[in-house]
Amino acid sequence: MSIAAKQEAAGLDVEKALHMYRGMVAIRAFEERANDLYTRALMPGLAHLYIGEEAIAVGVCEALRPDDYITSTHRGHGHCLAKGAVPNLMFAELLGKEAGYCKGKGGSMHIADPATGNLGANAIVGGGSTLATGAAYASKMLGQDRVAVCFFGEGALGQGVLYESMNLAQLWTLPVLYVCENNMYCEYTHYSETTAGDIPSRATAFGLASETVDGQDVRAVHAAASKMVERARRGDGPGFLLMNTYRFRGHHVGDIARDYYRSKQEEQRWMADRDPIAIFGGWLVSEGLADKGALDRLEKEVAAEMDAAVEFAKNAPYPDAQRVDEDVYA
Amino acid sequence: MPDTAIHPERSRGTAVREISYADAIREALAEEMRRDPTVFVIGEDVAEAGTPFKVVKGLVEEFGKTRVVDTPISEAGFTGLAVGAAMAGMRPVVDIMFGDFMTLIMDQVVNQAAKIHYMSGGKWKVPMVIRATMGATRRSAAQHSQSLHAWPSHIPGLKVAIPSTPYDAKGLLKAAIRDDNPVVVFEDKISYAKVKGPVPDEDYVIPLGVADIKREGSDISIVATSSMVQVALGAATMLEEIGIDAEVVDPRTTWPLDEKTLIESVKKTSRCIVVDEGYFRYGVTGEIASVIAEGAFYDLDGPVRRLGARHVPIPFAPPLEDATVPNERDVVALARQMCNK
Ligand SMILES: Cc1ncc(C[n+]2csc(CCOP(=O)(O)OP(=O)(O)O)c2C)c(N)n1
Repeated sequence: MSIAAKQEAAGLDVEKALHMYRGMVAIRAFEERANDLYTRALMPGLAHLYIGEEAIAVGVCEALRPDDYITSTHRGHGHCLAKGAVPNLMFAELLGKEAGYCKGKGGSMHIADPATGNLGANAIVGGGSTLATGAAYASKMLGQDRVAVCFFGEGALGQGVLYESMNLAQLWTLPVLYVCENNMYCEYTHYSETTAGDIPSRATAFGLASETVDGQDVRAVHAAASKMVERARRGDGPGFLLMNTYRFRGHHVGDIARDYYRSKQEEQRWMADRDPIAIFGGWLVSEGLADKGALDRLEKEVAAEMDAAVEFAKNAPYPDAQRVDEDVYA
Repeated sequence: MPDTAIHPERSRGTAVREISYADAIREALAEEMRRDPTVFVIGEDVAEAGTPFKVVKGLVEEFGKTRVVDTPISEAGFTGLAVGAAMAGMRPVVDIMFGDFMTLIMDQVVNQAAKIHYMSGGKWKVPMVIRATMGATRRSAAQHSQSLHAWPSHIPGLKVAIPSTPYDAKGLLKAAIRDDNPVVVFEDKISYAKVKGPVPDEDYVIPLGVADIKREGSDISIVATSSMVQVALGAATMLEEIGIDAEVVDPRTTWPLDEKTLIESVKKTSRCIVVDEGYFRYGVTGEIASVIAEGAFYDLDGPVRRLGARHVPIPFAPPLEDATVPNERDVVALARQMCNK
């Protein structure tokens, strides 16, 4: 069977699959450029790269509607892009430019975008948990069927508000999904040193539906998220997804020497065997749903789009200092 | 602004009811909930119990348990939930039973609610109200007696109201609920039942950031907040007997702060005492005194003086507790000294 025939046989799912592939490639390309901007001292501050974890944001957001909500974290560029944000306004925000999503007032860790349901990245570990739960509460009170997804790193498992939120969500049957991205390191500490007992039990103790997922496999992520999102949308209550993953780079762009907390061999193993883009690309090709040439072309297209977005941001002006007092009050 | 706009009870011919501070708050909530279906009350024991102070008693009968929502003992959780709900189209009114529990909600208030509008470049709004209590002398000891209104006043993005009368409590709370920003309203526990006053039947709001002259005078300005307004008014009556004519100015909100009215009062009287129930150090009295010192320096006879809660955890034993909070005698003694009488 030709690729076209196979795609046709697979129906709509192919379109979705290619959309997810493109989404992951876009996040990686975005993050590589963010790193480059930092390295060349063109970006103020720091950024926390999502490279290695792309399948989670993409697989989950593919299960959401544009009007569904997300909350994100300090490692938030991936969630933001996957929910539909455009890279030029994101880069502009990263560079502190007036054209950025938040007029340069938020920066990398605070990109928010009501138009795509993004309640905001949050630089307080666990900070999104109450906000997502509250958005789900509003959705229910207003008789809408919007779902809220709270992305958080396993570091947030140490925060009490996460459990207060899950308790409230289950008590009030709220349409919210808690997505724990366990990349195994809270900054420079292995999660086994910070996390007692079993992670999913923390959610099931409150009665949440829970599933543990290979976070490097976008198909598994998407399947699990779709189930949980549909369940929440039907009114059957909140869910918890534990995504096992790994960040390929440092905690932030400046975290270069990492030997003291994890080995090069460990990093290399993950990058060689567990790269979510390679895994999914390989699957698409082996199933005959795409050929290598098409995927390469897609990558080039994305690269060109990201380069243009970086140029846009570099050329955009800074906000006028006069604007510092604006937007404190609505 | 014409006097009758913020004082309809002072307008000619209007017969006005007298109700308690607690009743005024309940009326404000009920009227706003009737007016706007997105307004809801959330907190511990707010439904059938109507809070331990019975302030919201009766609301659940009219609005049901979906709009008068009992929560677990999770102050951070439900306050943060209210922040998210406010972003997504609701107007929550959060009930924090004791203002001392501000400690438990500070991250939700300071790092989330207060900053979301700014951090998002003005894109998200957080229209919510936090009602918390303040005030000592209920023999409730150190963790149920504090007046922590200086804390949110310190934070850009928040507004803070501290009403002293039923009229102000109702009008400020209604304004807070209609405001598109997070507003913290501190209610004095003692005033709930003890302070009664005129409140008109018709709908009114008091704009946030407009001080009120509670008593006009020419010799000394006493800038007083919340519970201390009654203290200042009592002191003013005593001072009148010895020939000192005190003006009592109530800022009504610590932020926005009506600096102009405070400064003008002191320019007229040339003396000023600031009295507030919060801790004395790094607090509301310090801020207001500096605003007045900067704005009325050349009209002042001497330094602005301050009275606030003693710098100790609020003690339990009645004589100890009473010694922590400024009273009428303290105000009178200081005023006499400043006026040389
Ligand atoms: C409340 C809070 N404490 C500490 C920090 C500093 N901090 C930033 S990221 C981080 C580690 C977070 O780990 P995790 O949640 O697993 O996310 P990851 O960085 O691995 O994606 C810490 C401790 C913070 N931002 N917020």
